[in-house]
Amino acid sequence: MGNVTRASADVQVSPVPQEMTGPRGPKPRTVLSRRNIMIYGTLIMVSLYYMLPLYVMIVTSLKGMPEIRLGNIFSPPVEITFQPWVKAWAEACTGLNCDGLSRGFFNSVRILIPSVLLSIAIASVNGYALANWRFKGSETFFTILIVGAFIPYQVMIYPIVIMLREVGLYGSLTGLVIVHTIFGMPILTLLFRNYFASVPQELFKAARVDGAGFWGIYFRIMVPMSLPIFVVAMILQVTGIWNDFLFGVIYTKPDLYPMTVQLNNIVNSTQGVKEYNVNMAATILTGLVPLTIYFISGKLFVRGIAAGAVKG
Amino acid sequence: METNQSISIKNLALSFGALDVLKDLNLDVGQGEFLVLLGSSGCGKSTLLNCIAGLLDVSDGQIFIGGRNVTWEEPSERGIGMVFQSYALYPQMTVAGNLSFGLKNAGLPKAEIEERVNRAAKVLQIEPLLSRKPAALSGGQRQRAAIGRALVRDADVFLFDEPLSNLDAKLRADLRVEIKQLHQKLSNTMIYVTHDQIEAMTLADRIAIMRGGQILQLASPNEIYNRPANKYVAEFIGSPTMNFFEGDIVGGDGLRFSTGDQFFPLEGYEFHNGTPVQGPAWFGIRPEHMVTGAEADTAAIRLNGSVELVEPLGSDTLARVAVAGRSLWVRMDGQALVRDGDSVTVGFDPARANLFDKSSENRI
Repeated sequence: MGNVTRASADVQVSPVPQEMTGPRGPKPRTVLSRRNIMIYGTLIMVSLYYMLPLYVMIVTSLKGMPEIRLGNIFSPPVEITFQPWVKAWAEACTGLNCDGLSRGFFNSVRILIPSVLLSIAIASVNGYALANWRFKGSETFFTILIVGAFIPYQVMIYPIVIMLREVGLYGSLTGLVIVHTIFGMPILTLLFRNYFASVPQELFKAARVDGAGFWGIYFRIMVPMSLPIFVVAMILQVTGIWNDFLFGVIYTKPDLYPMTVQLNNIVNSTQGVKEYNVNMAATILTGLVPLTIYFISGKLFVRGIAAGAVKG
Repeated sequence: METNQSISIKNLALSFGALDVLKDLNLDVGQGEFLVLLGSSGCGKSTLLNCIAGLLDVSDGQIFIGGRNVTWEEPSERGIGMVFQSYALYPQMTVAGNLSFGLKNAGLPKAEIEERVNRAAKVLQIEPLLSRKPAALSGGQRQRAAIGRALVRDADVFLFDEPLSNLDAKLRADLRVEIKQLHQKLSNTMIYVTHDQIEAMTLADRIAIMRGGQILQLASPNEIYNRPANKYVAEFIGSPTMNFFEGDIVGGDGLRFSTGDQFFPLEGYEFHNGTPVQGPAWFGIRPEHMVTGAEADTAAIRLNGSVELVEPLGSDTLARVAVAGRSLWVRMDGQALVRDGDSVTVGFDPARANLFDKSSENRI
């Protein structure tokens, strides 16, 4: 207490000029500066450009056909109906099957989960071995793998058809899972190798001195440190495999078509009336899985991409 | 293999393709000795340490630790503990987890792991930090934890790879003392890599000065300072660096060193192997072995010059003196009153000098 009174006494002895006791610092910037208008204007324009189609899709999917025929695609629905969504999911016909997109959805899930897990598991071990356990010819191996990423898919389609036929997997989901795993390998290996190469070498050395082996270091040191890159790989694979159309249509048969192929068959069916509302609902349903993944893991995705990009 | 040797390295060589990083290197380290590998970057000192640790496969030669040939054994089987420059703590584990990781891998019983971790933590005074993650530690605490990880292994040999380079000056000095105390307490064999000559001089029982994958001189700090084996070592140790005169050793009435139009008498200089040599040579004298003022008047060799630059350090004053067209560094008393442009006489004693052959640059 004594100190406080003495301090205030000092203030009275040497009065401080008014302008030095008031709030200080540079003048606050105005909100509507020219720069802000430019930045926000551009951002709003770009968002509109991307959001408007989505808006049209959602609005259309909630309208009945008579309302759509009026032709006002931007107007909100007068009478909201979920019938198109129900039809898209459970009733729309493709070929002989009339159980909607649900069949394709479950096919896609059955393709997606093993493909994603398998490709990430293999590629992460590949990347780890290439980054930390250089063996004779590892650089050559890596180069070959990377070159693989640049060969057009079309070149390999027919040979793979023959190979799958020979081992009896053509037209099955297992065959498609194998194809997805192989095609994901170059880019995923590159991703993991660069990430693991950016982990300080001394950590790896310390673990070796501590007696951890190949798998010990992988599971107990590298994997726990590399969550972001696993998330990145997962996003890349989930979206890539979910959105795949070409391999799905080539390597499976109608009963096992993934969702994308089925969506195409619904939207492009030439019989009867074009049901825009059902088409829109079906399209949104198909896009929902990658969209959800992005929303859930957006932050980790950016972090992982940046971490992999800076070094390696 | 003599039993009093902890580490013995025989004809070790390592090359990456055409690049020879280590060449025919021999080194014996005694039991409980503190050996410092000193050199500038790229001299192969860290590479040598990694070879001893088993983190690099050697191209040729053998490594013995505790009398056992470990040349092709895994790092964990060599009975070593290692401390790295970047600490290399596992970020996802707590300090206790870091310390016990190696013990768990070795399959030790839980009770013993706990006991060893606690003992190491006590020695290093990191007991309150055991449950923290490395990210929540300061630099000094991290390095203590890293030393602890080596300590729990109960290894005969500790390897330090520039452990203090990432710390600030004050902390570095503190930890340097702690490492020295640790060595006194544990009396393990320690091999310590650094490029910092102060760390080397203060910690080492013996220093190995390396250059180009070879050991230039292996001797006690005192010996290295007073009798450097060649010009490189002489220049590397000491700050500011040794002053050199280029010239010839000539005969006549007693040996003399002639440089420019000056002659330095060499009375009192101890020649290598006791045999005086003549011919082209370098004459080196350390800044702290030069005197000024009244002392200089009685010195065997005197040079007149003028002060170019003064660096007051408090404890000492460093002055750069221009003498006959060349600059010499002179270490003076901290309170010496010198200014730029002052005329001074510097003197020195040939007994404190170092003579090196002109072509081989070896001590003569």
